[in-house]
Amino acid sequence: MADTQETKKPEMVHLKINNIPVEVPAGTMVLAAAKQIGIDIPHLCFHPDQEIKAKCRICSVEVKGSRKLSAACTTVVWEGMEVFTDTQLVRDTQVGILQLIMADHDKDCLTCPRNHRCELQELCARFNIQIPHVPDVTKKRTTENTNPAIVRNPSKCIKCGRCFRVCKDVQGVEALTFAGRSDNLIVTTPYNLPLEKTDCTLCGQCSLVCPTAAIVEKDDTQVVLDALQDPEKHVIVQVAPAVRVALGDAFGYEGGAIVTGQMVTALKMLGFDKVFDTNFSADLTIMEEGSELLHRIQNGGKMPMLTSCSPGWINFIEKHYPNLLPHLSTAKSPMSMFGAIAKTYYAKHSGVPVKNIFTVAIMPCTAKKYEAARPEMGRDGMRDVDAVLTTREFIKLIHYVGLSFKDLPNSEFDSPLGVGSGAGAIFGATGGVMEAALRTVYEKVTGKEAKPLEFNDVRGFQGVKEATYDLGVRKVKVAVCHTLRNARKMMDKLEKGECDYDFIEIMACPGGCIGGGGQPYDTTNEIRKKRIASLYEIDKSLPYRKSHENPDIITLYKDFLGEPLSDTSHHLLHTTYHQVHKLYEFK
Amino acid sequence: MGYDVKFITKNFGKYDPMSIDSYLSIGGFAALKRAMAMDGEDIASLIAEAKVKGRGGAAYDMGRKWSQSRAVKAPHKLVICNADEGETCTFKDRELIKNDPFNLIEAITICGYTVNAQDGYIYLREEYRHLRPLLLNAIKQAEEHNLLGYNIQNTGFNFHIHLYSGAGAYVCGEGTALIRSIEGKAGRPRKKPPFMKVSGLFALPTCVNNVESFSIVPHLLMDEAREYVSYGSGESLGTKLVSLGGNVRRPGVYEIPFGTTVRDIIYELGQGIPGGQSLRLIQFGGASGKISDGRILDTPYTYDDLKAAGVTVGSGSILVIDNRTSVLDFLRMTQDFFSEESCGQCTPCREGNLHIKLILEKMARGEATQADIRDMKKIATIMSISSLCGLGESAQNALLSAMKIFPKIFEIGGAA
Repeated sequence: MADTQETKKPEMVHLKINNIPVEVPAGTMVLAAAKQIGIDIPHLCFHPDQEIKAKCRICSVEVKGSRKLSAACTTVVWEGMEVFTDTQLVRDTQVGILQLIMADHDKDCLTCPRNHRCELQELCARFNIQIPHVPDVTKKRTTENTNPAIVRNPSKCIKCGRCFRVCKDVQGVEALTFAGRSDNLIVTTPYNLPLEKTDCTLCGQCSLVCPTAAIVEKDDTQVVLDALQDPEKHVIVQVAPAVRVALGDAFGYEGGAIVTGQMVTALKMLGFDKVFDTNFSADLTIMEEGSELLHRIQNGGKMPMLTSCSPGWINFIEKHYPNLLPHLSTAKSPMSMFGAIAKTYYAKHSGVPVKNIFTVAIMPCTAKKYEAARPEMGRDGMRDVDAVLTTREFIKLIHYVGLSFKDLPNSEFDSPLGVGSGAGAIFGATGGVMEAALRTVYEKVTGKEAKPLEFNDVRGFQGVKEATYDLGVRKVKVAVCHTLRNARKMMDKLEKGECDYDFIEIMACPGGCIGGGGQPYDTTNEIRKKRIASLYEIDKSLPYRKSHENPDIITLYKDFLGEPLSDTSHHLLHTTYHQVHKLYEFK
Repeated sequence: MGYDVKFITKNFGKYDPMSIDSYLSIGGFAALKRAMAMDGEDIASLIAEAKVKGRGGAAYDMGRKWSQSRAVKAPHKLVICNADEGETCTFKDRELIKNDPFNLIEAITICGYTVNAQDGYIYLREEYRHLRPLLLNAIKQAEEHNLLGYNIQNTGFNFHIHLYSGAGAYVCGEGTALIRSIEGKAGRPRKKPPFMKVSGLFALPTCVNNVESFSIVPHLLMDEAREYVSYGSGESLGTKLVSLGGNVRRPGVYEIPFGTTVRDIIYELGQGIPGGQSLRLIQFGGASGKISDGRILDTPYTYDDLKAAGVTVGSGSILVIDNRTSVLDFLRMTQDFFSEESCGQCTPCREGNLHIKLILEKMARGEATQADIRDMKKIATIMSISSLCGLGESAQNALLSAMKIFPKIFEIGGAA
């Protein structure tokens, strides 16, 4: 009988680091033990959420009695151990390894997308590298820039293996791997194909963990800056729920800080004509998707129904489980619904000609760039979402215009697409879409409000969650999973007919959108959990906590859409999916 | 005491390596039968008392290794025979397999019995594919005679041996790369721990030994006269196969008692350097070994004496280079080898080998500066103390030892 309450206090180990006594639990690595006393041993391949690789060797330190140096990331402490992190030998080795890495790295830092936000650059600054002691041997390799979401520049790769690990261990996709040997070792795709022609889903988790600019999101900041300066254009922006709890990371806030008000101010100061909230269209998604679920239940539709708002997940199922596509909800994602409404309803409402409306989406996601470029997501050759920026690109824009983010006052979203309910807010967390849907569906079916409003069984960070809720006339069994590795497990079960759920929420990224591939660098699982907690806090603080009670949504249906699943809704807010052998080719 | 003894090689030429009957007729498999009547711990002790050290290169106490492997409790355990023999100028394992395959099969089975394993794997280097039929035949015939397979000789002991061929990478001689190769993955070493004895091939506890190490065991078990321990002294008891090559009249594999001088190996067994040339250098233990010059000739070939003289036994090879090859050319050749064979995973080895190669080439062109030499030494040192596996750690042994033995070559303006 496993009882976590009874777990013993961990055995403590005593060691000395640079003659300073340290006490840490047995099993701790030297790297973590040193951090405890304020020593940051340099590291590159190490990532707190990944298995230890011990490949870059820059964390080499001296351990008394050891013939060689020891990699601090993989050396377990022991009682009486003596570690030295700042001897001449250690410094020579760490700086020497850094110089070796530098010598095989494209050093165009001034024009690099990660200038000032590069872990390699930070180490070079830390060790005050002024003269390269090792001649440059960088192999110029072609930059892969053929899809709308991810750019790979192998000349900047330092072979740390973080991308490989996240793609394999977290996402279970394995679109990236090592090939070759000796100084020809590279990280590449199967058969060196462009990412979009491999199993890659463009989730961008690789770009989030890469310490350099070897893998980055496709930069669309200039497109947006140009649009903002174009007097013809009426530029409106929507911001995803997950951005407001992550953006602060880049401006000195604690992980998970809620910076909604300052974020809106920043967008207004950037020159956007209107600043709207994706939480609004998340509510719209619930109206459509919830209605679709009820429709499927009542009319014997394809069950279980799968959520469709995570574009990495859509890319995954289109490539890996095309036979299961009929299970997907046809509802578009909140971002795409927003785009469609912006170019129709909003255009009519505001009187701005559609051709002049330029819509920007700020997303925690790289795959959203791909989603926005899908031909289905637009009408008459026009895109519904003209540009997608990741949270990281948004941070760049804030720096670009020289805003002192921490000093900005709070502002409110604009109307009429600026009100979102608490249900819309929690879309950014794993389980949030499910909970939002349940709040509305429960009330629609039973005629009374769910009490309590919180569906705690679908909350939390565990990979797969399930729960059963009694809707009176019927019970609904639901499941929630995040990461594509868990999605694969779920789809394998579904293929075998072992899924007796009614509704399954799937998010491609760990923790849901708050952990998306476009979020600020240094996103870790610990920070993901804080962001999730913040979203639930936002939810609690809002006057409306159910999508169907959002007054802007009620007006939208009254004035424009009619009712969920209406013809107009179908035309604008629903989409189709198809098997993908290879993704669309983009020029 | 002779230079060329026959203990490990005593079966060479005595039987038909394709015939188990022939092997049985000279007393084959008696050691296995004897072993299966013993307690495994006693077998490990017997090996430990004879102070047998691993013959692949690391010279780890073999009795201790078997005893530690025994101590790991698991329902499924494995034994691996490392026949990758990738070190340059090393070919003793080839001779052992070619001349005495049944002894090897018997030895692996004894190891399986000792450490309570159910399966054994022979990892044969790709270049030895011509030896596959010999080993497959030995495995098949041993199974047919119930000396391998299920319920061996009605003892209830089940043990199977599988033959696996590598694909030609030197680094696959490193234990963790070897197991990845068998698993069908790219042959790249991984960090330790976990150690092989706890989690090796297929994440099962695995005991890995070299061909020569294995081959000693059956003879040791039958060595009632205690012949083996009568050779050598101190920590270096018994005999050793050396692979003698390079500029010698009679290259080949010789079984020597520990303590034979390097001079006797080269000039008596190998009959010296041909063509009136003089000795330039000797490399001990393969490409990853250190070098010395004529000053080492009177050193007895033992673990301790060689260590004191600045080199190691390593794989047991002795490469003799005469005055027609310069030290620098020798180092460049060695460097080319490692620049080809590094797996490229860890920074020091991947990048270090490349830069040292470049500096050596610069030296050969006469363009190197004293600063280059300093950088080269620094990089070589970084590689040897901070690489992920033994390959990177030992790749610059030749260079670093050459810097000690031939300091003048590394003084710019000195003789190249």
